[in-house]
Amino acid sequence: MIPHYRKAVTGIIAATFALTVTSSAVAPALAADPGVTDTEIVLGGTHPYSGPASAYGNIGKGIAAYFSYVNDHGGVNGRKIKYIDKDDGYSPPQAVQIVHQLVEQDKVFAIFDTLGTAVNTAIRPYLNQNGVPHMFVATGASTWGKDYQKYPWTIGWQPDYQAEAALYAKDILLNHPKAKIGVLYQNDDYGDDYNVGLKRGLGKHQDMIVKMASYETTDPNVSSQVSTLKAAGCDTFMIFATPKFAIQSMVAAAQQSWHPTTYLNNVSAAVPFMNAASKAGGPSAVAGVISTIYLKDPANHARYAGDAGMKFYNEIMTKYLPNADKDDGNYLYGVSIGYTMVDVLKRAGRDLTRKKVMDIATNLVEKDNPLAYPGVVIHTSPTFRYPITQMITARWLATDWSPTGLLVDTRSMTMAENK
Amino acid sequence: MTLVSPSSARAIRVGIAIVVIAILPAIVPTFVVFDFIYVAAYAIAILGLIILTGMNGQISLGHGAFMALGGYVAAVLAHNFGWPYWIGVPLAAVASGAFGLVIGAIALRLAGVYLALATFSLAVATPSFLKHYKSITGGFGGLSLDAVKAPAGVPLDGQQWLYYVTWAIAGAAFLASALLVRGKFGRALRALRDNPIAAISFGVNPYYYKTLAFGWSAVLAGIAGAFLAMTTAYVSPDTFTFALSITLLIGAVLGGMLTFWGALVGAIVIEFLPLVAQQVNAGAPSVVYGVTLILMMLFVPDGIVGGVQRLTRRLVRRAPSTPEFEPPVPTAASMAVDHSTRE
Amino acid sequence: MHDLAQQIVSGLATGSIFASMALALVLIYRSMGVINFAQGELAMFSTYVAWQLVQMGVPMWGAFFITIVVAFAGGVLLERVVIRPVERAPQLTLVIVTLGLFTAINGLAGWFWGYIVKPFPTPFPTTPLQIGGVAFSAQDVGVIVVSLITLGLISLFFQKTKLGLAMRAAALYPDQSRVLGIRVGWMLALGWGLASVVGAISGIMIAPVVFLDPNMMQSVIVYAFAAAVLGGIESPIGAVVGGLILGVVLNLLGTYVEAIGNELRLAAALAIIVAVLVIKPSGLFGRATVQRV
Repeated sequence: MIPHYRKAVTGIIAATFALTVTSSAVAPALAADPGVTDTEIVLGGTHPYSGPASAYGNIGKGIAAYFSYVNDHGGVNGRKIKYIDKDDGYSPPQAVQIVHQLVEQDKVFAIFDTLGTAVNTAIRPYLNQNGVPHMFVATGASTWGKDYQKYPWTIGWQPDYQAEAALYAKDILLNHPKAKIGVLYQNDDYGDDYNVGLKRGLGKHQDMIVKMASYETTDPNVSSQVSTLKAAGCDTFMIFATPKFAIQSMVAAAQQSWHPTTYLNNVSAAVPFMNAASKAGGPSAVAGVISTIYLKDPANHARYAGDAGMKFYNEIMTKYLPNADKDDGNYLYGVSIGYTMVDVLKRAGRDLTRKKVMDIATNLVEKDNPLAYPGVVIHTSPTFRYPITQMITARWLATDWSPTGLLVDTRSMTMAENK
Repeated sequence: MTLVSPSSARAIRVGIAIVVIAILPAIVPTFVVFDFIYVAAYAIAILGLIILTGMNGQISLGHGAFMALGGYVAAVLAHNFGWPYWIGVPLAAVASGAFGLVIGAIALRLAGVYLALATFSLAVATPSFLKHYKSITGGFGGLSLDAVKAPAGVPLDGQQWLYYVTWAIAGAAFLASALLVRGKFGRALRALRDNPIAAISFGVNPYYYKTLAFGWSAVLAGIAGAFLAMTTAYVSPDTFTFALSITLLIGAVLGGMLTFWGALVGAIVIEFLPLVAQQVNAGAPSVVYGVTLILMMLFVPDGIVGGVQRLTRRLVRRAPSTPEFEPPVPTAASMAVDHSTRE
Repeated sequence: MHDLAQQIVSGLATGSIFASMALALVLIYRSMGVINFAQGELAMFSTYVAWQLVQMGVPMWGAFFITIVVAFAGGVLLERVVIRPVERAPQLTLVIVTLGLFTAINGLAGWFWGYIVKPFPTPFPTTPLQIGGVAFSAQDVGVIVVSLITLGLISLFFQKTKLGLAMRAAALYPDQSRVLGIRVGWMLALGWGLASVVGAISGIMIAPVVFLDPNMMQSVIVYAFAAAVLGGIESPIGAVVGGLILGVVLNLLGTYVEAIGNELRLAAALAIIVAVLVIKPSGLFGRATVQRV
């Protein structure tokens, strides 16, 4: 299970304005790409609305809400967006069948924000063979950035878990050079990515990792794994886990009177999760936990009370999803990525082709995404397809995250990984 | 007062089915043809389940595991060794069948809910094993396969070729199964389901037949799994979770456990019901799906085929047509009464 | 050595989670010979009801008691409306109905309450306890104690009360029971109501530990099923013992057997259970059935 909403804020291209002006001036009338009429752009996607991953279905709902907002405010250069979003149950065969239908029957212009490594790996060859843009996929696997030459129509969205873990590694080397590291990770590509990043970040000090313990999403709790890490003498605890298990692990550590330096992946670092752990395990469970931020947390009302971007998000939620729980970061993710997609489409102008949209998406500099952490710029190039590489480290202090230091760009680490 | 003999009626039904399947690609959109390849694969798997559970009374909540084995054998041979599918699929069938015989042997000692748990354990354990042996199976990332292409000289595209091949194999599977259960084998399976003690006293060897039933149904599931892999052009542990096993069982019951047609109908239901559920309510398709299952069981407890048969019986008002095999005897109410000599 | 003790104690705590759900499964099985796959989802739904009541300001104990009553009524209602029409249908039809319930209730809970993980209030103090260096929480002890109390109450009910006797009779010999004037249909409904109550208690006990989300019971039900069958599907004691054993075995396999590790520990535990069943086909505490010829 890969919660990708974190990286929802993909940058929108700004850099190609010069190119588009000159090229559109001389562009002849082309046969229109499918999914574009005078009044409409058709976009398609799949999300898990049933099955164990159904929490992420809210991303699709957030996207739909944002598109409704856009349609009510003039659309995209005079065209309204028709968004067809279907349930894939997180099953690759079902996703493949739905994507065939979206491309062949609904004639979508592009497939956008499909979720999960397995799902995206399954649909990628078909989409690339048929020249359908496979945009802003919500998964953390490095293959989206690495294999773009074989699959040019696919652009990763790249929550970039490897870079996040590498950042923690650097922090450890700097501040806890004698640490004995214990890692708790989810046993799938999500956890695997974090492990790869951690090891790369530690470089020749990989032997600082004393013990690794995995869990399955079907496990009822992780207290056994936490005991194992404690018994191995670890004093630094890496939690690469989805929210439920992350909370459980912090609570278990406190219950076992184990107080290591804890690094928590930011997917599970939303304020309600930290509060839940604090309530169940006492304040010591969460004191001083370190994580990173690159997206605004809709549940952190104190911090973002006056924030224009958060206000915007709340207005959209109130108008288009009035019964939804605004604190759920999946909705924010959907609004964010929807914003990016619309921005890409807008910059393509009235003359909308698939190729043009891909060019824009791979030459992107977006500074104004309302839901990215202040200062984060979404940035792609034709050879570097990882939109978000900046994040800031933060420490949990009783009721909130306190950012430490400056926004760090992990771009160079990612580029080194992909050589 | 019958217009046609039952065997001719059956021949007509089969003929119609063959014609419809043959001309389908010409009359429906391409993505529907694609969906029907999956229908063929599921039909083969559900057929296996109907023979094992419907005819022989051995419940299996783990048929997805046999599909996984078949699917991965074909995929690994193609991906890691470049072996073509006309070698890979038979090998998948053999591997799956052998595994089915092993499980069948273990299952000899188990019945009812205990067998259900044992087979369910298989289904639950499958993704773990697939992830564990990652050097062979590709781990959680899975294995990407090349799309199937039609052989040179055949005027069909890859998808159409795959469609016809899959249905041809399905047809062969149904035919082989029908021949298998026509004679002694079928009678033995049914006898062991309905009255094992009488069957044994008549000289029917339960170990032989019950194990074989498991083996054959596993062969079918393995073939189905291979075609699932080929059609998706991808395998991963997520493709073969225990939800797949449950879905197969749902298909078998909804289609109708009493006849082979149930496999076809059941396959169509499990393939299209999730898609239809979304049309009804995109926000909560699970609710629609679940309620549909319940309603169907309330109205057609014998499955769709069973319901249709009862309806035609009432309409035509002739002697009850014999289903391909007799319905099983135990009902839920009497299940609890099985302990005749407790205190 | 103290690490081993810790793993065992953790295992017992986790195992008691399985035990409490397994009890509910056994109750339904005893009344109608079917494993109710929807049991976990019903328990989860009841737990959400409790959560909602607490959110609306009802004090914790009050909310729990109201939830128990609602769960009982819900179980009875479900049986009368959904199960009764198919009481006499083939067993597999019933299985599919429970699967339909499973899917529908899971979807409903997600629809009403969303999927974000929520904390659940616990009546037990959260300060960790220690005995001889082995840590556990009051919650863990609470789950075990409540499971044992529930087990005790259920056994007393079935063995010592007239109503319990009537329920057992209705399950074993429905036709003869009717002759004796027992309302068999209502006994089944009662069975569902009771199982629903046990499930709700289980959910309320578990939620503080595993945290509340619509999928919280989906993995638990797998373990509960295994535990109930291991213990002998008709035996409440077997359910509890089975659950505790399963919890401990999982921890020991995962921690101390390198070749198995955490990835394969569930598969290994299930394999062991199947092996036990092959040797003793009716489970640890089950009674071997003898068929009259």
